[in-house]
Amino acid sequence: MADARLADRPAPMIAALHPGAPDLAVLIHAAHAAIADHAGELDRLDAAIGDGDHGTNMRRGFAALQVAAEDVAALPQAEALQEAGRILLMTIGGASGPLAATLLMALGRALSVRPASEAWREAVAAVAARGRASPGDKTVIDVLTPVAAALETGAAAASIARIADAACAATRPMQARRGRAAALGVRSIGHIDPGARSAALLAQVWAKWAAKQP
Amino acid sequence: MSNRPAANVGLVIVSHSPLIAQGTADMVRQMVGDEVPLAWCGGTADNTLGTHVPAILAAIDRAWSERGVAILVDLGGAETNSEMALEMIGVERARRIRICNAPIVEGAIMAATEASGGASLEAVVATAEELSPL
Repeated sequence: MADARLADRPAPMIAALHPGAPDLAVLIHAAHAAIADHAGELDRLDAAIGDGDHGTNMRRGFAALQVAAEDVAALPQAEALQEAGRILLMTIGGASGPLAATLLMALGRALSVRPASEAWREAVAAVAARGRASPGDKTVIDVLTPVAAALETGAAAASIARIADAACAATRPMQARRGRAAALGVRSIGHIDPGARSAALLAQVWAKWAAKQP
Repeated sequence: MSNRPAANVGLVIVSHSPLIAQGTADMVRQMVGDEVPLAWCGGTADNTLGTHVPAILAAIDRAWSERGVAILVDLGGAETNSEMALEMIGVERARRIRICNAPIVEGAIMAATEASGGASLEAVVATAEELSPL
């Protein structure tokens, strides 16, 4: 159960990332901790339907991002997101690196021209285009899409975390249509998608952090 | 490789496995010698199977030709990372680079043979892609 204190607070969305926000560094450290704590689990999920390195790759990327956390946090919002995306791109590798990088870079670009709610939708669309994935394909998109939709309606932080968890669980009965898992056909059914799981973990971290923002 | 500016389209081979990438490059060399600027990359920063953007960018540099560069990839991540590399490299060079929708070994051989005859980037890519279903 999520922190009850969070429940009735509207999510401040990414707008909480005001320029030079020292708390962005806090978010980065928390994201790294969550990914590092679950790297083994993510590798196991990936081993079931992919190549088994999702946790290892994500941990490598977020470790590199963590090293630069304070420098990234000192940048103006759009540049901070661009730089964070660039670091993840250069260090995660695999199929997840470009997807994580695309999300942050597209978000950084979109935030300078439109409201946060719409910027998230645009960033998720960029990730879907990059991976040529649609909802229901058993990918990270199955978590990002409902999360972006909830952000757009101004949902509370705690409900964002709940929505991400439910969306992650919903990938279990899906048959994979993108990525290495697609080669397994019906045998991909019955496993949670590792990308959906890491996205849900990060959504939880983000929700906790966002709820503490002024 | 010769010191004069490359007269032919260059080729980059991107595989999850360095052995496959290098082996494919060896087969290309056997066909076309050093008539075609050629580079390969495979594996992640910590030497596991996979692909990553910095290595792809470096390979494009090594195989660069003013007439363009064709990239051959194996599985999905190689393609996604190559697309990302094109976004990073800047519009000016990116418009002279194509990612081929073709099987990596056969596509590389066909593309290299075409390129060695002085064909344009479009012709090189089309020749490699004749091997693809649909």
